[in-house]
Amino acid sequence: MPEYTVVGQPIPKRDAVEKATGRAQYIQDINLPGMLYGKILYSKYPHARIVHIDTTRAQKLQGVRAILTGKDIPEIKLGVYQDNRPLKTDKVRSYRDEVAAVAATDPDIAREALSLIEVSYEALPCVFDPEAAMHAEAPLVHVKHRTNILKMPWKLHFGDVDAAQATAAHVIKERFSTTWVTHCCLSTSGAIAEFDHANNLTIYTNTQIPSLAQKDFLNALTAMGLKNRRVRVIKPVIGGGFGSKLDTYAYEHIAILLAFKTRKPVKLVFDREEEFIATSTRQPALIDISQGCDRDGKLVFRDVAMILDNGAYTSWGATTPSVMMMPITTLYQVPNVRYEATCVYTNNTYSQAMRGYGNPQATFAIESAMDLLAETAGIDPVTFRHINANKPNQVSPQGFRITTCGLKECIDAVTEQLAWGRPKATGEGVGIASLIHVGGGARVYKSDGCGTIIKLDDYGGANVFTGASDMGQGADTVIAQIVAEELALPIEDVRVIHTDTDVCPWDVGAHASRTTFVAGNSALGAARKLKQQILELASNHLEAPPEILALQNRQVICREDPGQRIPIDKLLRKAHFSVGGTMLTAEHFYDPANENLDREFKGNLSMTYTFGAHGVRVRVDQETGKVEILNYVAAHDVGRAINPLLLKGQVYGGVMMGIGYALTEQVVLDKGQTMNPNFRDYKILTAKDTVPIQAPVLETHDPYGPFGAKGIGEPGCVPSAPAIANAVYDAVGVRIKDLPLTPEKVLAALKLKKKHTPPH
Amino acid sequence: MSKEITFQLNHNDLTLAVQEHWTLLHLLREELGLLGTKEGCGSGECGACTVIIDGMAINACLYLAAEADGKEILTIEGLAAPDGTLNPLQQSFITNGGIQCGFCSPGMLLAAKALLDENPNPSEDEIKHALAGNICRCTGYVQIIDSIKAACAPKNEDVKVVAWQTKP
Repeated sequence: MPEYTVVGQPIPKRDAVEKATGRAQYIQDINLPGMLYGKILYSKYPHARIVHIDTTRAQKLQGVRAILTGKDIPEIKLGVYQDNRPLKTDKVRSYRDEVAAVAATDPDIAREALSLIEVSYEALPCVFDPEAAMHAEAPLVHVKHRTNILKMPWKLHFGDVDAAQATAAHVIKERFSTTWVTHCCLSTSGAIAEFDHANNLTIYTNTQIPSLAQKDFLNALTAMGLKNRRVRVIKPVIGGGFGSKLDTYAYEHIAILLAFKTRKPVKLVFDREEEFIATSTRQPALIDISQGCDRDGKLVFRDVAMILDNGAYTSWGATTPSVMMMPITTLYQVPNVRYEATCVYTNNTYSQAMRGYGNPQATFAIESAMDLLAETAGIDPVTFRHINANKPNQVSPQGFRITTCGLKECIDAVTEQLAWGRPKATGEGVGIASLIHVGGGARVYKSDGCGTIIKLDDYGGANVFTGASDMGQGADTVIAQIVAEELALPIEDVRVIHTDTDVCPWDVGAHASRTTFVAGNSALGAARKLKQQILELASNHLEAPPEILALQNRQVICREDPGQRIPIDKLLRKAHFSVGGTMLTAEHFYDPANENLDREFKGNLSMTYTFGAHGVRVRVDQETGKVEILNYVAAHDVGRAINPLLLKGQVYGGVMMGIGYALTEQVVLDKGQTMNPNFRDYKILTAKDTVPIQAPVLETHDPYGPFGAKGIGEPGCVPSAPAIANAVYDAVGVRIKDLPLTPEKVLAALKLKKKHTPPH
Repeated sequence: MSKEITFQLNHNDLTLAVQEHWTLLHLLREELGLLGTKEGCGSGECGACTVIIDGMAINACLYLAAEADGKEILTIEGLAAPDGTLNPLQQSFITNGGIQCGFCSPGMLLAAKALLDENPNPSEDEIKHALAGNICRCTGYVQIIDSIKAACAPKNEDVKVVAWQTKP
C-alpha cells in the first residue's frame, strides 16, 4: 500500500477553532443593515377552510412593515410533488400550514402583530390514520387529487415470490411500525433574504442543497414575475443537518416574499417550538414483511409491503422507498423479492429526509424479521446472517453491483467484541443487526455530480472551491486532506470554500452519505490536473521531463536527482510574473458512473455500498420495562478512513441518534397536533445516557472511492433499533414491533407474555 | 423600566443600563454583540447559552440581565487568554473531535470549564453529570467526554482508543 502523509490522519475539523472560540457565524449571528424580522402565523386547525383573514389591526401596529397572506402572493409551488405553497389560500391541511407572515423592525413587534391577525376558519373533517385515509370515503386532503393515495409507483418484483413461498421450509410474517422522529439540529432553521436594486436575490440560508435551492428560488422569482434574475445562495455555518435541509421550505420563500415587498433584508429564524412543529420529520412507516428460507437456512424469498403516512404535503419522505429497497433486496442474498410502498396523504405533519433516508425503518423490519426466521428455522441468529450475508463482487436482483463488501467481517467483529457467547445474567440479552447503505453516491437526480475548482496563489497555498456542503460532518476537512495529499502540501496550506454559489461549483447536495466519495473524487480529479500543470511548469524550469518529477513537501523534486528541486511557491511566482504570465487553476466535475433506477427499480444506484453490523448487550428490568444498554459495538466497512477522528465522530453520533430512535424519541401527534415541541418532552439522549460504544473499522479499499473511501455519514444510525429489539427479545422473550421501545411497551409485552404462559 | 448594573464581563468591568425584562442572553447577543453565546431553545432545556456566573454554569436564557449586577461573568469570547492562546479545554475539544457542527460547543466548553474549576480531576460520571443539561446532536457526546478527560489529565493516556483493523 502507498504511504500517505495527510490521508488517514486524525486531522481536527478545519473550522473547529472558529467554533471553539465563538467566532463561527450561524444564521442567528448574521445581521444586515436595515434588516427586518419575519414571523409566520400557523394554522389553528388540522384541516379547515380559510374563510377570512383580517390584518387591519396588525397593519396599524407601529414597526410593522409588511403583512402577507396567501392571496397577496403569486402561486409558488413547493416540494417534490409541487403540492405545497408558501402561504395557504383556500384551506389549511395541517397544523403547520402557514397562513400569514409579518415583517417588522423588531422580532417582538412581529410576534405581537401575529397575535393581531384574525383568521376565521371553517373546520373540515380530518384524517390522521393512513390506512383510514386510503378508504374511498375518507376526507380528501387534496381534493383535486381525488384520492389520498399518491400516484407514486413504488413496486418491484424480482424472481417469483409466490412460487418461492410455496416451497420454503420456514416462513414468518409480521407487521412492524415506526413513528415520527425529528432531526433536533441545535441551530434552528432560518434564512435572510435580500434583493438588490435590479431584483437579484441574495439568500443566506441553512441548506444542504445550495445548487438545487438556487434553482427552487429562481423558479420562485419567475413566479413573482422576476425573470432572468440571479440568485446567490450563501450558507452560514450550519448547526446540524441530518437531512433536514434537503428541501426548500415555505419559510425561505416567505423571507424572499417579505424582502421583495419591503425592499429590505428580512431575517426569519425559527424558535425551538417552531422547529419541532414546522420542520419535517423522519418518514413513519407501517411495514408488513414475510420471508422464508430453505432447510439450510438460505433465504428464498422476501415480501414487503409498506404504508407511509405522507402527511399533508410531499417532500423527500415520500421518496424514501427508493432507499428502503436497498436493504430489502441487497443486504442479504435473496433471489425472490417483492416490495410495494403506498404513500398516503393525511392531516399530519409531512416528512423529509433524515439520516438513513428510510433505511432505519426498513432495516428495523428486516433485521427483526431475520431473528424471527432464524428462530423458526432453529438456527442461531449470527449463523443465519452468515449464511445469507452478501459478498464482494456480486450483482443483486435489483442490479446493485457490489464491489467491496466487509459484511461478514463486521459481523465477526461484533460477535467478538461483544463476547457474544458469554453466559448471561437474568434479564440480559444480546442482539445483532446488519446494514447496507449507499457508499458511492446515489443517482436520484439526472446528475449525481460535484464540481471543484482549485486556485493556487503566489505563495503556494491552495483555495479549493467545492460544491460540497459542510454542516458539521467534516466535508471541509476531508476535501482539504485529499487535495493536500495529492499536491504534497501541509493541510494548513489548503483552504476549502463551500459557502457561496457565486464562487462554488454545482453539487447535487449533501445527502446519501455521498460527499466524501463524490466531492472527494471531484477534488481529487482537480488536484490531479493541477499537479500535472505544476509538473509541466517545473519541467521547463528544471529541464527534466515531467515523468521523473514529483511533488514532495511543498517542492517539486527530480526523482532521479533529488538535488534538483524548486519550491512550489517560487515556481508559481516565476510563472505568474514572467512575460505572458500564467496562474494555475484547475477544475474538475466528477459525476459517478452509477445509474438511476429504471421503471422496474433496477439499476446500480451507487458506485459502491457501505456495509456494517451493530451488536448490543442489554439488561431489561422486568419490574419497570426499562432497557439498559451495557455495551454497543458498531462495526463498519468504510473502504478507507480518510480521517479516523471525524469518522469515529460520525459513527458515535449516528449510534447515539440510532439508540434514541430505538428507545426514547417520538414526536407525539394527537389528531395532527404536536404535543411535545420541546426538549423536555421530546427525549433526545443526553450525556448521562451515553453508553460504552466500540467502533471497529474495516478497510476494504474500494476501487472507486477516493483513496479507497466509502461514505459513512448515515450508516451509524441504521441498524440500532433492530439490534436493540433483538437483544430485548433475547433478554426477556418479548418482541417489540413498534418504535420506540419504551418501558411501557416492554412492560405491557411482559405482562401479556406472563398471561399467556401456562403455570407450571 | 431600566436599571443600571455594574459587573465584570470577560475580565473587564462594565456599567450599563439594562431593561428589567432582558435576559442575560439578550444582553449579550442583542445589546453587546457577543454572538458566541448561542440560543438553542430559549427555555433552559438545551444548554447552548451556558455562561459562567461567579463560577457556576448558568443558562443565560433563564437569567435576568439585571441580576448580573456585581457578578463575574465569563462567556466563550473570554475563554481563551487575552493574547489568543486557547484554553486547554478549547484545544482538547479541537484535537479530540469534540466539535462537529459547533453550535453546542460554546455552552459545552463553559459547562466543562465550570466543572474543572471546581473539580480538576472529575470521574467520567461526574463529567456526564456536569454536561447533562447541554444537548449535542452530532457527536453522541463520546468525543466531548474524551476531550474533557484529555484536558484535565493531559499526560494521562486513559482516553478511549478505538481498534483499527486494516485489511490488505
